Amino acid sequence: MNGVKLYELTAHEIRALLEQREVSPVEVLDSVFGHIQDLEPALRAYITLCPDDAREAAEQARKAYADRSGAPQPGKGALFGIPIAIKDNMCTEGIRTTCGSRILYNFVPPYDATVVSRLKKDGAVIIGKTNMDEFAMGSSTENSGFFNTYNPWKKGAVPGGSSGGSAATVAANGAVLALGSDTGGSVRQPASLCGVVGLKPTYGLVSRYGLVAFASSLDQIGPITKDVTDCALLLGVIAGHDPFDSTSAPVKVPDYTAYLDKDIKGVKVGIPKEYMGEGIDPDVRRVVEAAISVLRGLGAVVDECSLPHTDYALATYYLIAPAECSSNLARFDGVRYGLHKEGQSLEDMMSRTRQEGFGEEVKRRIMLGTYALSAGYYDAYYAKAQKARTLIRKDFEEAFGRFDVLLSPTSPTVAFMAGERVDNPLQMYAGDLCTIPVNLAGLPAMSVPCGFSKGLPVGLQIIAPHFEEGRLFTVAHAYERATAWRQFRPALDAQAPAAPEDASGGVDRAGEAPEHVLPAPEM
Amino acid sequence: MRIDREEVLRIARLAHLELAPDEVARFTEQLDTILNYMEKLRGLDTQGVEPTYHALQDLANVFRQDKVGEVLPIEKALANSPEREANFFKVPRIVEERG
Repeated sequence: MNGVKLYELTAHEIRALLEQREVSPVEVLDSVFGHIQDLEPALRAYITLCPDDAREAAEQARKAYADRSGAPQPGKGALFGIPIAIKDNMCTEGIRTTCGSRILYNFVPPYDATVVSRLKKDGAVIIGKTNMDEFAMGSSTENSGFFNTYNPWKKGAVPGGSSGGSAATVAANGAVLALGSDTGGSVRQPASLCGVVGLKPTYGLVSRYGLVAFASSLDQIGPITKDVTDCALLLGVIAGHDPFDSTSAPVKVPDYTAYLDKDIKGVKVGIPKEYMGEGIDPDVRRVVEAAISVLRGLGAVVDECSLPHTDYALATYYLIAPAECSSNLARFDGVRYGLHKEGQSLEDMMSRTRQEGFGEEVKRRIMLGTYALSAGYYDAYYAKAQKARTLIRKDFEEAFGRFDVLLSPTSPTVAFMAGERVDNPLQMYAGDLCTIPVNLAGLPAMSVPCGFSKGLPVGLQIIAPHFEEGRLFTVAHAYERATAWRQFRPALDAQAPAAPEDASGGVDRAGEAPEHVLPAPEM
Repeated sequence: MRIDREEVLRIARLAHLELAPDEVARFTEQLDTILNYMEKLRGLDTQGVEPTYHALQDLANVFRQDKVGEVLPIEKALANSPEREANFFKVPRIVEERG
């Protein structure tokens, strides 16, 4: 395969080459790992790389293709032999899973998350675990307990978060595709800021078994990919009922690729005016308006609508999510796994372990959640937020009575510089304006690249009713085919510049940080 | 002030966090700002509105047969324990010896 850089290809392009026996899964893996070596000094997307396990999986896939009988049938094993990165909050048996936290710096899970076992069963090759905001709490990956990840489009800019490592590495071709998790926008926002496709599925569509819990009524795992087709393929592999997750929905999973290559004539598109007003950067708004015009040109019927309780969504989310997190993170006590500090008593041991192991944002949210749930405040804060959540959910129900999908910017701004928002939690939270209501309502939503502002990518968010992921694929794919944003590549991918200085917000904590493993070159 | 230093210390104790002095000062200020922002919810009329605990309204409690399935072997379950003794996780003494 002279001239073709395998690491630049999408999963479906690689699949076509594998089926024609043009390349082998081992060549694909070598190409990706070779590129990771060039990228990582400046990008820092991975906490752990697993070249040996990956090599073994790729070797098996190579043999299967070589003797033909073991190769997947057309339409089956969509990711057979394809390298994938996993956000470091999903358990991988035998591979360290830190959740971006020093409290789990040495945790090696004894089992696979359901999404991971489904990927392995499909034949995907897991290449590493990506950096993230600690316990997925953050919008910039600066809350990682280990180091910052950078945006491949601009030196010193954040990749978004919390799935910043997954989005940055897919954008820079350091993985063919990746998994992220999304509690308030953590798949869609980094996908938007890095110029890739990110999907938060309907709550309950993808099993959360083996995902380190943050806010259990909001968390969902979702794909981060180079294009819409790959997103459909990856969702098809990970979606579906799982008896190990009691919030997993007993629904039949359709073939999502059947929703691609369709036209969108007559599709009713609503633009919630609350997502296009104050708080949205005017340049971002202009780019999104241009994207809406493209869809109109393709035959979509566009009209404005209103989600009147949007203004209450941030306050609602930042009560519910911290309340759930304060309860979920009680399990990190220094007894069964992770960091352990000696103490005079059990309480002393737990408090010292948690004090040492948790970073500032995690402590802030545990404090906020504990406060909101504590006696005397419960009704005023938590119970009130649960009712506000009902009103936000009903806004969407009403809108979907008139529209097939809703459109908005994914993030109110393009990528910002590291350190810019770390001292102002409310400013950081405000960046989740357009994504948070979707989690509160449990809806599926996708971010697709729709242009640039100041040289940085802008994402278009498409929202659909529960379990109508198919509509997202139809609209996003129609838009993707009508535009050509993927022809623009991030600077870091084209030529590796010098490593950015670590900004003040993200300090390398040598000593207890996991070793940043890079594979030996295999030529 | 919606929250003061004493309250922050009380919450930290409830959450098993041994905050450093500078964190107590910073969190007091930041939590106060955040809680002030949350006040906007007070202005929202929620009379007669049912709470949403879960986004999928038609998903009820899930039960299964009380039958032992595949279980984690003891060695695997204990593999990450910072301190163990025989087949147990070891913690500091909780019950004092009688004098």
